[in-house]
Amino acid sequence: MTTETLLTVQDLEVTFNTPKGKVHAVRGVSFDLGRERLGIVGESGSGKSQTGRAILGLTAANGSISASKMKFHDVDLANLTPKQWRKVRGARISMIMQDPKYSLNPVMTIGNQIIEAYREHHKVNTKEARHRAIEMLEAVKIRDPQRVFDSYPHEVSGGMGQRVMIAMMLIPDPELIIADEPTSALDVTVQLQVMAILDDLVRDRGMALIFISHDLHLVSSFCDRVLVMYQGLVVEELRASELHNAKHPYTKGLLNCLPKMNGNHDDLPILEREASWAEG
Amino acid sequence: MIEISKLNAWFDDNHVLKDVDISVPENGSFGLVGESGSGKSTVLRTITGLVDDWEGTITVKGNQLGPKRDKDFYRLVQMVFQDPFGSLHPRHTIDRILTEPVNIHGLGNSDARVVEALKQVGLDNAFRFRYPHQLSGGQRQRVAIARALILEPKVLLLDEPTSALDVSIQAEVLNLLGRLRRDLGLTYIMVSHDLAVVAHMCDDIAIMNHGRIVERATAEQLAEGTLEHPYSQQLYKAAGGYDRAVVDTFVDWD
Repeated sequence: MTTETLLTVQDLEVTFNTPKGKVHAVRGVSFDLGRERLGIVGESGSGKSQTGRAILGLTAANGSISASKMKFHDVDLANLTPKQWRKVRGARISMIMQDPKYSLNPVMTIGNQIIEAYREHHKVNTKEARHRAIEMLEAVKIRDPQRVFDSYPHEVSGGMGQRVMIAMMLIPDPELIIADEPTSALDVTVQLQVMAILDDLVRDRGMALIFISHDLHLVSSFCDRVLVMYQGLVVEELRASELHNAKHPYTKGLLNCLPKMNGNHDDLPILEREASWAEG
Repeated sequence: MIEISKLNAWFDDNHVLKDVDISVPENGSFGLVGESGSGKSTVLRTITGLVDDWEGTITVKGNQLGPKRDKDFYRLVQMVFQDPFGSLHPRHTIDRILTEPVNIHGLGNSDARVVEALKQVGLDNAFRFRYPHQLSGGQRQRVAIARALILEPKVLLLDEPTSALDVSIQAEVLNLLGRLRRDLGLTYIMVSHDLAVVAHMCDDIAIMNHGRIVERATAEQLAEGTLEHPYSQQLYKAAGGYDRAVVDTFVDWD
């Protein structure tokens, strides 16, 4: 880990206009990111995904973003034209979504989708792109890359689909990966295998990673640093190894309410929410 | 309460349950754990009559089940499904959702029963005339539990009842299920992919892989981590969080 800062986010706010009025999804999130692994954890509606999407300018049309500063190296992410975004998305920052079933194009072979991702940012001929795509499928530990290359997304399993997603997102060699619940739809062992692949690739290529998840334990065993979000606010930031020393009652409550394998059938402690946590 | 022996089931040519034996005493709580495709949900679906092609014996409260389930069976056994978004009719009010089983079984007095069922699952009476989309995931799962309870069954089949919920809501629903079992003397078979949930809720546990029970354990054995089958050991390690070195020891069980 170096001290070089890749991404600076200050006072990020995301607001949605809905028929029922304004919804304040993210309320003043700030953080700096170096070449490290940052986890963002929270329950549904905490604003963790919206934070990730805002960094890539993927907020839905009825939403608006404001930030006093949102910079990736010297690129000001707050004021990019669609054309400038295309130079950033995929090439320099890319995103792995939760469910490969819905994030891959169902009517295009996996190979062609990876080639498309690569050629969008690299001027190479088809043969070279094909070669790179197969190499990338090997890198995500797919045993029979040629078969998967020619398959359609519905022909592969969930774990395989997510490896394909990782291959596609990593092939343009971005500096920052935002992974939004990349393994939540997978079985536990497959989930850990996919994370190991992501771990190795991110480490070998010196990428930074933002890992968004609802699973506090998983994130802290995988990341260097964790932001805990509640109702659009970061309520606590801690080193992943210091999770057991969490101070905020929300973080503690989340840890306590998990069932434990200690053979104890007593009632689980219930998370009692306090109104003050949601005050900025 | 429930005795299952040599249960086999097929989806067309696909042999999905292989010689499954389960025995659950009255007021017991039995947990089935496994990954997708292990057949854990199929066991519940076969008991409740949603699978046609099966062989073996299933006995519930002394009665051996045939190919069809009658109304009496459903008064005794009810199922709660995983997805509280998909299992409630979107255009029926909670009141109508809860009244329907009462009418089907001709129990009468539906008004008082609906009030009682909502109370049992800790929902305020104000929810009674709302629609499912006006409720949160946890509240919907409580409605699904209330719908099962309204027939005063003795057995609940729980198919991943909390896996679609946030952990803080999961804790509330698990506590509710624990309390209901104590108060109403219910018998549970609970299916989950989460070892910790099953260890917390159940006395006896079976670990399934590819349609077969590969290992049985008590909650105490799980607590001590003394599992013998390599597949169960792998599941146990995976539940401990991410550890790069541990992942390298994983093998595929295809």
